[in-house]
Amino acid sequence: MTRGLASLRRINPTILVFVVLLAAICWMSPLYRTPAGLLSLLQRAAPVVILSCGQSFVLIAGGFDLASGSLITLVVVACALITGGDAGWTWVALLASYGIGAAVGVVNGVIVARGKVPSIIATLGTLLSVKGIAMMWSGGAPGGYLPANLRFFGRYVWRHVPLVGRFPVAVVVLIISIAIMAWLMHGTNFGRLLLMIGDNPRAAELAGAPVRRFRMLTFVISALASVTAGILLGGFSGVSVDVGTGYELQAISAAVIGGVVLLGGQGSMLGAVFGGLTLYALFTLLNLVGFPEPMRVAVQGIILIAAAALSARRGRRI
Amino acid sequence: MSGAAIPRGGLAKFRLPLALVICAAVVYAATALGTAQGEQLSWSGVMGLLQRMVALGIVAVGQTLVLLVGSIDLSVANLISVSAVIASHVMNGNTDAIALGVLAAIAIGILVGAVNGVLVAKLKVSPLIATLGVGLVLQGVLTTSYETLAGSVPASFRVLAYGRVAGLPLAILLLIVVVALAGFVLARTAAGYRLYGVGGNVQTARLAGIRTDRFIIGAHIAASVTAAISGLYLASWLGAGTPWVGRDGGYDLDSIAVVVIGGTLLSGGRGGVAGTIAGVFVFATIDAVFNMLQIDPFLGQVLRGVIVVGAVASYTIRTKAHVA
Repeated sequence: MTRGLASLRRINPTILVFVVLLAAICWMSPLYRTPAGLLSLLQRAAPVVILSCGQSFVLIAGGFDLASGSLITLVVVACALITGGDAGWTWVALLASYGIGAAVGVVNGVIVARGKVPSIIATLGTLLSVKGIAMMWSGGAPGGYLPANLRFFGRYVWRHVPLVGRFPVAVVVLIISIAIMAWLMHGTNFGRLLLMIGDNPRAAELAGAPVRRFRMLTFVISALASVTAGILLGGFSGVSVDVGTGYELQAISAAVIGGVVLLGGQGSMLGAVFGGLTLYALFTLLNLVGFPEPMRVAVQGIILIAAAALSARRGRRI
Repeated sequence: MSGAAIPRGGLAKFRLPLALVICAAVVYAATALGTAQGEQLSWSGVMGLLQRMVALGIVAVGQTLVLLVGSIDLSVANLISVSAVIASHVMNGNTDAIALGVLAAIAIGILVGAVNGVLVAKLKVSPLIATLGVGLVLQGVLTTSYETLAGSVPASFRVLAYGRVAGLPLAILLLIVVVALAGFVLARTAAGYRLYGVGGNVQTARLAGIRTDRFIIGAHIAASVTAAISGLYLASWLGAGTPWVGRDGGYDLDSIAVVVIGGTLLSGGRGGVAGTIAGVFVFATIDAVFNMLQIDPFLGQVLRGVIVVGAVASYTIRTKAHVA
């Protein structure tokens, strides 16, 4: 019995919050009471969850990545301009997007790990530059559209799937992304060393961990996750300047809600996933109760502070 | 208090700010002459350049205090918007209500600063998260209620931004007063020295008998009040407050960037307002030079990002320790 209680207390409280929110959503709207309805919720939550997982790598290793929002914008703009609406160019555009993402991640990583610039300043700089590049490339007014086979990842839904009926492609992308990142974090020495680096970089270095290289890699992972999220978002919502705006803060909020401790050293992919799901479920619920759209931001702020204050109270250093 | 926490006396501590200002001024002058825009070097041209520093400069002074105690304030941009909107709502074109509008804006500044400070010092929330969260709350509430809050400032309040005293714009005098006040407190009072102590090492400062919580909360209140003053200035400059004036100006991250460029450590305990003002001057000249060269605004944004990172890296690249 005591062991049962102890394991109950060890469960990430975010999961309980998510279950409560989900129950409230199902109670409010019959749309979500079917497997198809829940899958469509997952489909729309996919970008935030993927971003939150990618951001967690950076946060766990002790940094911040503020550039993910503008990288999403750049990816969507790049896809629109490279394909020009022509389906034949989709694969080129996808490859180019991941190339751009890797480049931005490497630049962030080099500035932080080699230049010793605090990551909040470094990624702020790349945020400005990446957004500027997106605007320059598109001549100031991103337009055009994405070909159907590129939007496939974000919005296509397979029909007549046994058991669930409809199955969105984005959920498959989500599951694969989570699997890769969870394996990196929890199944490899790389991930374990990241926790150590985040907790005490000096100690990790003395113990022989390649601190600089691993720190750099966290920014690359976060950037690649942003590219994936950008491809999904481009599929949902099309091409605009604002497509990525605010997502960096949503990703950080989601990771904090999930219990990834800022400035490093703690956290898990499970927490990051449920942090992202909780944030999205909360937005959905606020929509259902007719909460004014701009107030969502205020609620995000309160939840963020509450989550951080709670983890501070639970004796962790945040 | 450790030696590192106390600012070095004499002219030595002004070496870096002076170097920054001279470099920026030379680039500015060279660009003005090179592009045959000599009028930029006239009295009014230079005053125009200095006036660009006011909004960012005032809030950056507050940000300096917060960074010196080892905290950070990401809520200033949204607070600037709140202050500008509240001021123009309360004044609503009415000259008699100016004092009330100014008081309302400052009061909200004090309140927000106290909330930030208590979250950081008492509830031990990471300052990044606490002030980010407070900023988001301000943004959400303001965007939702803006339609009922619209208003404008009376013409007599616009003197703050456009008036002149003996040829010197009033706004620049305001900036000078704020900078002088903060500089005096930091360099010449016991409170200022203790503030450096708290930022240098909270534990040591507490053991030395300093009430560290009070300094952290006080610095947050000061930062929020400077944000409120910047908001008042922007309302006066633009004639009315809008809920996006602070965010569009990028005052949260810009204010941090100029403080860091001015040599204040993000981790606290070292730096000062002289460097910050030099950083603000650098930002103002970058904008002016891009304007004179007619650089595409988006390319300007790219270059600005590169300059911020490059400037900070030039100090940090030699540090041996790992940074977050």
